[in-house]
Amino acid sequence: MEILERRAALTGIGQSDVGRRLGRDPLGLTVDACLAAIADAGLTRADIDGVATYPGMMAAAPGFSGAGVVELQEALRLKLDWWAGGPETSGQLGSVITACAAVAAGYARHVLCFRSVFESSAQGSGPRAGIGTGGGRSGPPRAQGMLQWTLPYGAASAACWIAMFAQRHFLEYGTTREQMAWIALNARRNAAKNPKAIYREPLTLDDYLAARMISTPFCLYDCDVPVDGATAFVVSHADAARDLRRPPLRVEAVGSALHGRPSWDQFDDLTTMALRDAAKMLWQRTDLTPSDVDVVECYDGFSFITMAWLEALGFCGKGESGPFIDGGTRIALDGELPLNTHGGQLSAGRLHGYGYLHEACVQLWGEGGERQVPGDPQVAVAAAGGGPLGGCLLLTRS
Amino acid sequence: MSEPKRPFRILPLVTPENEHYWKGGAKGELRFLRCGACATLVHPPSPVCPECLARELAPAAVSGRARLLTWTVNHHPWIPGFEPPYLIAIVEIEEQPGVRVTTNLVNCSPEELRMDLPVQVLFEECPDGIFIPLFEPVRG
Repeated sequence: MEILERRAALTGIGQSDVGRRLGRDPLGLTVDACLAAIADAGLTRADIDGVATYPGMMAAAPGFSGAGVVELQEALRLKLDWWAGGPETSGQLGSVITACAAVAAGYARHVLCFRSVFESSAQGSGPRAGIGTGGGRSGPPRAQGMLQWTLPYGAASAACWIAMFAQRHFLEYGTTREQMAWIALNARRNAAKNPKAIYREPLTLDDYLAARMISTPFCLYDCDVPVDGATAFVVSHADAARDLRRPPLRVEAVGSALHGRPSWDQFDDLTTMALRDAAKMLWQRTDLTPSDVDVVECYDGFSFITMAWLEALGFCGKGESGPFIDGGTRIALDGELPLNTHGGQLSAGRLHGYGYLHEACVQLWGEGGERQVPGDPQVAVAAAGGGPLGGCLLLTRS
Repeated sequence: MSEPKRPFRILPLVTPENEHYWKGGAKGELRFLRCGACATLVHPPSPVCPECLARELAPAAVSGRARLLTWTVNHHPWIPGFEPPYLIAIVEIEEQPGVRVTTNLVNCSPEELRMDLPVQVLFEECPDGIFIPLFEPVRG
């Protein structure tokens, strides 16, 4: 069986300004990121014949979706042979995985992928809002669909839903807050070396343990920070990638599986999530193994999700992520498995999935500056999503 | 932690598909759809049995006894009028592994919680004939 995603390569990356309450038109941020990615690849907009995004135009929580495909197509007057956008895919990076398939199938040569958010501006200066709780003068709406099973109980945020996975992991495996803290502390340590990160001041274990609780066992520092910003990639057919500005980053394998129940409370194993199946699929499509990976960038919308990814991707055993990250040495920039080298969503901002793939590319191209992983990394994993969402890519520089 | 004093609850939109769950409490019953062919309990509601694909699903009352799988003490004020702290939990009903509900645990403190703690249903009456299923530890 040919692993078709190997016909795809990442050839350019771009990112807009990233910040708290930038107050900018989200389509403008999207255009910034997209034009930067096109130029980074050494292409012009006339070369772009495909676009993919997550989640695109949809009824969404404030600031969750900054632009759709057709808005971008109109803004840049692109001539597209293939395009796709939507929330129903294997997590935020599902859009990139689909773009790989599109170039492999010959639908397009150069697919522009983007994700834009303006959650910080949209949510204003108040406390972080729950999902589906807004209703204006007539009061909140009735809860429908999946939210009917959680909203009546005040479980109005993924913070509550994921907290219960973390709690179950604590119960079954003896995982502690002191261990989980290292996801946040490592992210902050790396963010200090990333000029675009939101929170760069030092964070100590004592700070973490003293922080206000959000939904046990999560405290404030276990929850990512909403921002405004957009990130974009160019996914090119390998044949069209050879003579571009940068050495192409090959897509060695992808993981997009969904085998368990697509739910926050009905998944068969409450110590992991849908990402379990996506991660397993990734390794079924390559001869590489976890020990070949030089740097891993994986989802930390909430700290525990990163731990679940580390286990699912086989970097440690099931239930062993607590001891694995404890002390933060192993996952440091100079450790055996550098993790979330840009500061993750916890400290660099909630760019919602695309930030990890962006950073994986930065590291493989050796452009991390102060935060560059030593030793000329060749292989990276980028993984995004929690709960019923999960998708991942394995990239190689050769 | 005692039961929140009549928290402001965002209520479900009651439909023919979910009415058995949200209104069963009027008769003191926790109800789920049950497959008429293989007796599998199905939740959330679905038009088809996920085990045998039969279409003959009808509401059936269960005992209301369950075990505690996991929980969280929520401290953040997500919903005006639903004042923290409060306990959110996932419980699995006695009759069938894998049939779970998210709920609030009431009449208990976080310190007494443990995995597999036996719990039982009780209902909070809300407007429009809605009875929200809650759970509390089985005493004695």
